[in-house]
Amino acid sequence: MSEIFGIPIQAFMGQLMLGLVNGSFYATLSLGLAVIFGMLNIINFAHGALYMAGAMLAWMGLNYFGIGYWWSLLLAPLGVGVVGIFIERSMLQWLYRLDHLYGLLLTFGLALILEGLFRDLYGVSGLPYSIPEEFAGAYNLGFMFLPKYRAWVILASLLVCLATWFVIEKTRLGAYLRAATENPQLTQAFGINVPLMVMLTYGFGVALAGFAGVLAAPAMQISPLMGSNLIIVVFAVVVIGGMGSILGSIVTGLGLGLIEGLTKVFYPEASSTVVFIIMAIVLLVRPAGLFGREK
Amino acid sequence: MTSPTEYLRVTDLHAFYGESHILHGMDFRVNSGECVTLLGRNGAGRTTTLKAILGLTGRRTGSVMLNGREVTGWPAHRIAHLGVGYCPEERGIYASLSTEENLMLPPQVGSGGMPVEEIYRMFPNLEERRKSQGSRLSGGEQQMLAMARILRTGARLLLLDEISEGLAPVIVQKLAEIIRSLKEKGFTIVLVEQNFRFAAPLADRMYIVEHGRIVAEIGKDELEQKQALLHEYLGV
Repeated sequence: MSEIFGIPIQAFMGQLMLGLVNGSFYATLSLGLAVIFGMLNIINFAHGALYMAGAMLAWMGLNYFGIGYWWSLLLAPLGVGVVGIFIERSMLQWLYRLDHLYGLLLTFGLALILEGLFRDLYGVSGLPYSIPEEFAGAYNLGFMFLPKYRAWVILASLLVCLATWFVIEKTRLGAYLRAATENPQLTQAFGINVPLMVMLTYGFGVALAGFAGVLAAPAMQISPLMGSNLIIVVFAVVVIGGMGSILGSIVTGLGLGLIEGLTKVFYPEASSTVVFIIMAIVLLVRPAGLFGREK
Repeated sequence: MTSPTEYLRVTDLHAFYGESHILHGMDFRVNSGECVTLLGRNGAGRTTTLKAILGLTGRRTGSVMLNGREVTGWPAHRIAHLGVGYCPEERGIYASLSTEENLMLPPQVGSGGMPVEEIYRMFPNLEERRKSQGSRLSGGEQQMLAMARILRTGARLLLLDEISEGLAPVIVQKLAEIIRSLKEKGFTIVLVEQNFRFAAPLADRMYIVEHGRIVAEIGKDELEQKQALLHEYLGV
């Protein structure tokens, strides 16, 4: 059996793959946070809860209405997006002119309410969601077994992240978004409906979280707490990548997932803290984050 | 009451930023095809007047009639669609957009906008630099871009805020030529200016603004006899 740095290559590649899977979730979630922060100036603490809501919606769809995985992958993010639009119209829109702290507190409160709601309904022991048939089993790559579903999670997240990046950086709609982020007043004076774009941006950002939630459903336990377990790391990812940077959040998300995986191989004791150690170092050296611009 | 040729009428306009009361009853009108200048010192309320017309200030009272429609209660993004183009004092070039994206950003607000080829003929620099980020353009190029992008949209009323400010004399001269050719094409123009020498030959009428209201109106042919007035208010 071949080894890398004294570790069996199977175990090494396995952890690397797990790291990439986690990194995919980090990337998708921090991308949503970055888009929302850029446009709304709101640190969306409800992001983890809405990710959980995505997974829960998928579970509820399957168990109450017989809606399968593929439809859930489309419908649950839409549902979460609609919830997001409701939150934006009814609450967030009154906070844009205020300090970040108000948005953070409001969304934190919403996260607690959402979690409490699902905790009351389903308890915290976790709900099962089976892997869709198409993705049962694994590929034998020769040097390792790659579970098909994990490959799908990585692929789907990457596609969604790159599509989002493309729309924002390369299209006319994206130019509107960037313009409205940079100078909302002037953009509105040109005749672009900025409040509408802000609303849709929040809806889209949280729909990304809902999408990640559905992707996570078969891969992890669905539980009301799954969001809060993840979101703290995701916030660290956002800080490391730089608040509001699109590409930064994608690259940093995947990169930190990998680093976490590697740490599990070489020094497991540090695997849950390594992200925060990196965050502390980045904050010391580059306070605006790796991809962020100082204001 | 609105005559058919009147494009913009501002009546008893008051505007506020938070607690501060900036405009104290602005009254003026701009006819179709006319070039009107708002002259005055810094802080007189000229920029705020443009912003209040566009719905960009906080609270405002009074009346703004655009093309015969009362727009005081309208949200900013609808006002532009009455054919209004705005060139802000700080030029407002988006740093995160390329020159071309900046140029193409404002949506169509009227028919008969200038085709992009014609704009590039008018401003050859912009074509050369169309892939550059907006923040990398020189001050003059930024000003040209800020003008060019509202010509593309089919706007007929141009609100131009201090376009000659801080630019080299040759560029100011080029801007004056552009304004002249726009007048020939029938655009209606409101120039907010500090630079009397730039504005005077272009304007059909001048308004002098002080403390958030109009204190004098000077027609093109009254320049000589109202020298004293100009000197008193502007020091020219």
